[in-house]
Amino acid sequence: MKQGQDIVQKQLLGYFGAGLFLLALWQYGAWVLKTPLLPTPGAAIRATLRLLHGDLGAHLWISTYRVLASTLISLCLGLPLGLMMGFEKKIDRFLAPLIYLLYPIPKIVFLPLILLLLGLGDQSKIFLITLIVFFQILVTTRDAVRKIPSETISSLRSLGGNRGQIYRYVLLPASLPDVLTSMRLSMGTAIAVLFFAESFATTKGLGYFIMDAWSRAAPDEMFAGIIMMAFLGVGLFIIVDLLETFLCRWQHVNNRN
Amino acid sequence: MIEVTNCNLAYVQGTTSVKIYSDFNLTIETGESLVLIGPSGCGKSTLLYLLSGLLRPTGGEITIGGEPLKKTRQQTAIILQEYGLFPWLNVEQNVRLGLKVRHQPQRVYQSLVDEIIHKMGLADVRHHFPSQLSGGQKQRVALARALTLKPDLLLMDEPLSALDALTRERLQELLLEIWQEERLTTVLVTHSIEEAVYLGSRILVLKNGRPTEIVGEIPNPLVGQKGYRQTSEFFQKATYIRSLLEGGTAE
Repeated sequence: MKQGQDIVQKQLLGYFGAGLFLLALWQYGAWVLKTPLLPTPGAAIRATLRLLHGDLGAHLWISTYRVLASTLISLCLGLPLGLMMGFEKKIDRFLAPLIYLLYPIPKIVFLPLILLLLGLGDQSKIFLITLIVFFQILVTTRDAVRKIPSETISSLRSLGGNRGQIYRYVLLPASLPDVLTSMRLSMGTAIAVLFFAESFATTKGLGYFIMDAWSRAAPDEMFAGIIMMAFLGVGLFIIVDLLETFLCRWQHVNNRN
Repeated sequence: MIEVTNCNLAYVQGTTSVKIYSDFNLTIETGESLVLIGPSGCGKSTLLYLLSGLLRPTGGEITIGGEPLKKTRQQTAIILQEYGLFPWLNVEQNVRLGLKVRHQPQRVYQSLVDEIIHKMGLADVRHHFPSQLSGGQKQRVALARALTLKPDLLLMDEPLSALDALTRERLQELLLEIWQEERLTTVLVTHSIEEAVYLGSRILVLKNGRPTEIVGEIPNPLVGQKGYRQTSEFFQKATYIRSLLEGGTAE
């Protein structure tokens, strides 16, 4: 546990330092460019604090909800299906060609259709993000399972483990590090897609907030939205990192060799 | 008693079927310590998989205590090459996994797990993960896990091959001790002649080839006697096995 706390402390310190560095860079850019389009960090932060008393918090909340909901749905669908495709050769033979055809298609182009079918509310956004993130988790999980040495599975079978227990005691823990890595990468994708989906035909969410401020030529408010978007991204990233630290402790011990 | 009767096993390679075992027969008496020795690729490990029930023969029958072997058996423990430990579980979790998988309640098995962890000298590393252990310690964990299942048949696939000489000798003593104390039937695969003579109450020498053949069967009644490693009988047996492995005829 002590070791875990140390890791967290070091990480927090690192984030803090990097944040300061970025702010300095931003400040320097604002001084050099001297354009009203790029406000100083001070102005942007003041705007952020002012707007948080208004409705910025509500926009942040709705965006967070959309990303979290779609990530969770993707995980609940992609993880079990990925484990199954990795382990059950018959299912894989049937589904793999389908997945390989669908995976590279840019799902974002279906946004207009999805808006028509599911409406302008949360459902269409969550559906679009899920559609994209689901495939990333599915493919990673499947490949992670296929990497597991057959001896590890034999070992559990020899102890008397049945099929269900192989999933629980071998496939899931063995693929978890890869799944969490893919989630970390998916978070970036999810937020990018979220921004796109929120940037038109809606009046809620950070994407809307940023585009609205942009159309009103209010750069400090636009940057308030961007800062919130960044917080959302970093926050989700940290959550996955912490999950990884606690669920995959065996990956972080000092190896003997 | 274990009886392997007219066993066949083949795998398909391209368009041809390669026979690993063809009408193979073997009897293993209860309580004996059988050692299989032979060159790499002679089908020794495959035989262990067959005896454990992890692999089914394509023909013939294997019975254990009169019961035909259809799938893995509760009282059989197998220690696979590379120990078969789960890297995401610590020592204690690895040791108790077999009992957990068999739905034993924890209050029943925890004392057994503690006892075996102490007996195997693993108390200090019980919260370590496999990657933090030495080869000898990993082997002890694998043995401990097998023993928690109270097996009557223990199958081991080159259990000591990756260890340094001293650790190896200590674990050989431990294996001998376990075999004598628990009155287990053990089948051990090795490619070390010296280990075969030290641990086997009967030694089978297998030939490299398809299908697998037994080229020699050596009874070894003095196994387990104090100081056996230094006796002339020990060297005679070892020399004899070497000659069989080198392909010389037995005289």
